[in-house]
Amino acid sequence: MAPAVQPAVPRAEEGIGVYTQKLGMWIFLASEVMFFTSLIGSYIILRWGSAETWPVPQDILNIPVTAFNTFILICSSVSMVKAYAAAIHDDQKGLRFWLVLTVLGGATFVGVQALEYRHLIHEGLLPSGIRDDSALAARLVDSGKLTATAAGLFGSAFYTMTGFHGFHVTCGVICMTFVTVKAFRGGYSGGRFHGVEVIGLYWHFVDLVWIILFTIVYLI
Amino acid sequence: MDAERKHPNYLAVWGGLAVLTVVEVVAVYLRIPRHLLVLALLLLATWKALLVALYFMHLRFEPKRLALIAMAPLPLGVILVVAVLQEFAKR
Repeated sequence: MAPAVQPAVPRAEEGIGVYTQKLGMWIFLASEVMFFTSLIGSYIILRWGSAETWPVPQDILNIPVTAFNTFILICSSVSMVKAYAAAIHDDQKGLRFWLVLTVLGGATFVGVQALEYRHLIHEGLLPSGIRDDSALAARLVDSGKLTATAAGLFGSAFYTMTGFHGFHVTCGVICMTFVTVKAFRGGYSGGRFHGVEVIGLYWHFVDLVWIILFTIVYLI
Repeated sequence: MDAERKHPNYLAVWGGLAVLTVVEVVAVYLRIPRHLLVLALLLLATWKALLVALYFMHLRFEPKRLALIAMAPLPLGVILVVAVLQEFAKR
């Protein structure tokens, strides 16, 4: 009897109706929803439960630059989904092109965030609050607009939330780089698009979380 | 999602996300009453998040049970915030 041939494409499982890797990623993303929900929940509690006047984000953060960075992340989500569509249609050239664009978009986002942190730390915003001898202290704390306690709450909440998100984007860029290298080696040819779809789910989730964080931390 | 399933218009979704982002940022600099601004920003963010989840993550085309798995933790987050805020309210 001839040995059974292993199918290239995983079969959909009977229960939920999706293949195992995708179901695994969705369960992981559900745990990530829990993680980020607790972070956002903590922020809401700190902000609306605090007796101190919360700083106006526009007084400290650079909204236009971060809006541009948000746009970059949205663009990388589109390039990711285009890579997925190319993989499904076995368009190897398109797959490689869109994956490279996605990696570049993610790396740009992390790079801009690193520059933002550098600028904010230079200005005086630390995770522990606003540095005494800084430009921000002179502008906000010394003028009585903001107390040191509120500045400390804002600094710790800001760096914790955006830092964890940045860590997730960095992990995504690293994973995406591996996927891109595999794509260049023909690892997703012949209908084997599942690896691209699974990493794509993670990538879109990271984009989705940023959409919420951008609104809550930077705009409200 | 099945391979043969039709893809949504990804570029239209991208355009929608870009426009909504611009609207959000512009709204912050307009003189809108604070409570209206917060409500509008939350609605816009929810709209954008739904666009990503439904069309980029293809939840619109997936089995409903998969969407339930993804949304299962959200009520727990709401309970967390409401419960702790009530502690503040009692003070």
